[in-house]
Amino acid sequence: MSTPLQIAVCGSIVPDPLQTLEPVTGPGGPSLKNEMMLPAVLDPWAAHALFEAAHLAQTAPGSQVWLVSLGPKAKLQQVMMTVAQKVPFELVALDGPASGFTDSFETAAALAAAIAAIPGLDRARLLVFGGWESASRGAGSTLQMVGERLGITEQFQGVDQLALTGDGSFEILERIEGGRHQVSVCAAPPAVLGWATGRLPEPRNNPQIGMANMRAIMPALQRAKATPMANTGLSFASVSLPRQQRETRIVKDMPAEEIAREIVAWIAEE
Amino acid sequence: MSQPGIQRQTMDVDIVCVGFGPATAGFLTTLSRSLVNPDGTPALESLASPGLPLQVMCYERADDIAFGVSGVVTRARGIRASLPHLDPAKIPMAAPVSQEKVVYLLDPAGASRRSPMLRLADRIVRAFGLHRHHGVELPYTPAFLHKHGGLVMSLGQFMQFVGSELMASGAVQIWPGMPVERAIVEDERVCGVCLSDQGVDREGNPEAGFMPGMDVRAALTVVGDGPVGAVGRQLDGQFGLPEGHHQREWAVGMKMVVDLPSSTNLEPGAVFHTFGYPEPEIFGFLYVHPERVATVGIFVPSWFHSPMRTSYRYLQHFMLHPYLWRYLQGAKLRSWGAKSLQESGRRGEPFLVGDGYARIGECSGSTNVLTGSGVDEAWTTGSQLAAAVLELLQQGRPLTKENLEQTYVARRRASWVEREGRVAEKARDGFHRGVIPGLIGMALAGFTNGRRSIGGEPRLLPDLKEYYRRKIQPAELDHILEACRSKGVSCHNALMERCGWPAIPYDGQLLVSHQDALLIGGKVQAPPGFADHVRFLYPDFCERCAAKMCIEMCSGQAITPGPGGIPVFDREKCVHCGACLWNCGTSLDDDPQHGNISFTAGAGGLHSTEN
Repeated sequence: MSTPLQIAVCGSIVPDPLQTLEPVTGPGGPSLKNEMMLPAVLDPWAAHALFEAAHLAQTAPGSQVWLVSLGPKAKLQQVMMTVAQKVPFELVALDGPASGFTDSFETAAALAAAIAAIPGLDRARLLVFGGWESASRGAGSTLQMVGERLGITEQFQGVDQLALTGDGSFEILERIEGGRHQVSVCAAPPAVLGWATGRLPEPRNNPQIGMANMRAIMPALQRAKATPMANTGLSFASVSLPRQQRETRIVKDMPAEEIAREIVAWIAEE
Repeated sequence: MSQPGIQRQTMDVDIVCVGFGPATAGFLTTLSRSLVNPDGTPALESLASPGLPLQVMCYERADDIAFGVSGVVTRARGIRASLPHLDPAKIPMAAPVSQEKVVYLLDPAGASRRSPMLRLADRIVRAFGLHRHHGVELPYTPAFLHKHGGLVMSLGQFMQFVGSELMASGAVQIWPGMPVERAIVEDERVCGVCLSDQGVDREGNPEAGFMPGMDVRAALTVVGDGPVGAVGRQLDGQFGLPEGHHQREWAVGMKMVVDLPSSTNLEPGAVFHTFGYPEPEIFGFLYVHPERVATVGIFVPSWFHSPMRTSYRYLQHFMLHPYLWRYLQGAKLRSWGAKSLQESGRRGEPFLVGDGYARIGECSGSTNVLTGSGVDEAWTTGSQLAAAVLELLQQGRPLTKENLEQTYVARRRASWVEREGRVAEKARDGFHRGVIPGLIGMALAGFTNGRRSIGGEPRLLPDLKEYYRRKIQPAELDHILEACRSKGVSCHNALMERCGWPAIPYDGQLLVSHQDALLIGGKVQAPPGFADHVRFLYPDFCERCAAKMCIEMCSGQAITPGPGGIPVFDREKCVHCGACLWNCGTSLDDDPQHGNISFTAGAGGLHSTEN
């Protein structure tokens, strides 16, 4: 039988896909125009990590999953009404900014402190999950710094698969160049895993899971500690969106190879 | 349909709500304040889960609580009664109404279908120079149209504001992304709802990850699922409508939210109501929000007797009208959306209550077609139901039809919603005779408190050849239809241009293709794993249908011409407006009140919070 695990998943909210983003600069630095008005979703990279964590917890009975989330409380609450229906977890909420313009160093410090403060945390059973990237914070460094602050040296990035073995170790597939995977075996927790897309589909919305989760999520939101980000020492030389090129076409039943050929040809034109 | 052998989960709660729109928001806001004592103990104990507070669940089919659509300018009487300290400054896009204008729009394109009488009136207006920018501002706004003291809002932002407050209270739970398939009816009593199956193919057959929809059983089912909601229509089918009531008047409202150019001189709270263009039957609006944002849109009603009626193309011509274009030139699209409106109002009212259920909001006939108001009325009916439910629960009385009639229905009948709904009941009947009789009828009803009106009955739509008789020869018409349909596109663009409507000068900012409006404005998406919610019941009927109005009126181009003349539905483009439902021109032999389209609950749709 597997040892029960403690999995802390770091993840926050990002604007819902297809939203029009417009960077603006104010006295506090850059931000997104109307950010609080935009609908939000759980960062897709973190969502993969959360679903993998829940799946892993099922295979190791007695395991616990926490979603450690730094974001504006009101928005977190709204997003939780959808996320909570997916898989069982407890929320550790930090009330602070979730835009793409916060310092990853400060973010990592806040997340690491929140994880370290989880009651009953057992480092010998701890796995820290998160996205290896973020749809809004693309530094790719936050999770590594969370691990370092927690003193966890076993770190894996671009993970697509984690399989428990009977002896407490686990095998990890990490993405490497050339579309291939590197296979590693980690002897035991603690470890940090930055997930790529994983291999699980998005779970269905399950009202019963939602109700069970909400019993702990609402109190967690009420307890959420204000966590301002000073962005000390951080300055932005310029902020811009990637140049948009819209050539919208809706195609159905087109073979993937043909789509790929068209895209390659289109890129080659640039 | 559930797979044999896989059992549905069942959950017992006290109250289950279908749909989170303004009516349910009003219901939950009023209810939630009385569920918990100041010391945190339950004020009302759950019968479903003894020892816990009342268990109240709300299921919303859209993927977020803020994805609703309405062009909201409201007197906000009911909203303010529930939220007396409401500060518009705390709700993004909300502003007090600052000025109101009613404008008659002339036809600068020369393509509008105007009656001889209207053409004569237009000539007189032009001859005497009574217009500015091809628009005639009426010297005053009739009192029944006034929204003085009211608010211009975004429904999405208002729902987000209210929903956040509700969820933070912890007293009720709102679950988005969860369509309700049907009500559970046992022995004429509604016992809860059944949620939609997930992990199914387009036809609803189980596939990987199949999860049957849960049965949520409750002592009270609150039905607030809007004008085309699956549960409301199920109950209408099951219990019928009160004698003399009917739901045969509809409209599609389509809108854009835009960033106005920096040079704009429009003040927040400015409200423009228009009529006369792009077709005389189409009403329009422009509301100004704070920070140079505006909502601009049109209503295309069912009494617009065109078998090629459509909305997106007309919305573009509306925006291009010189009276509006002087404000909109240089504007940029932020959001887009569409919805159906149940325009029968009080006369479309179903049975408001039954054993175990109550109806609130637009699906309960609360929309007022004379004042052009629905959000505040919907909110108020929800609030009235909450007060009634609290009274019954506090007295330990069951939620039966009789008790709900004595409490909820009695409150509603004694309120301004009923009083004004009665005034509006026949206000628009005259439009079935024509635009001028319709406008006179509205004025008569408004000025006589509903005692006078001009009567009229819905007519059958003319056939395509008859409709285009004076402009397009039958052979050419056939050729255009065939050419469009063979390309898999709707026909109204080609036909409108053939009839003199100018091409749209796309600018990539505000004047964009219909598909770009979906992507840039509506951000339309659909999650996998749900069945198609639009189906064509008898394909052979569709083959024989000449007009295929479901395609022309589809707000999202989700219904397109298909092989053999049978339309094809694409769930990923659907905005769930329900226009296909009431625009199907084919009546079923065994049920002439209904068309050949099945429109059920489905997930996905708009992902904009600004509509």
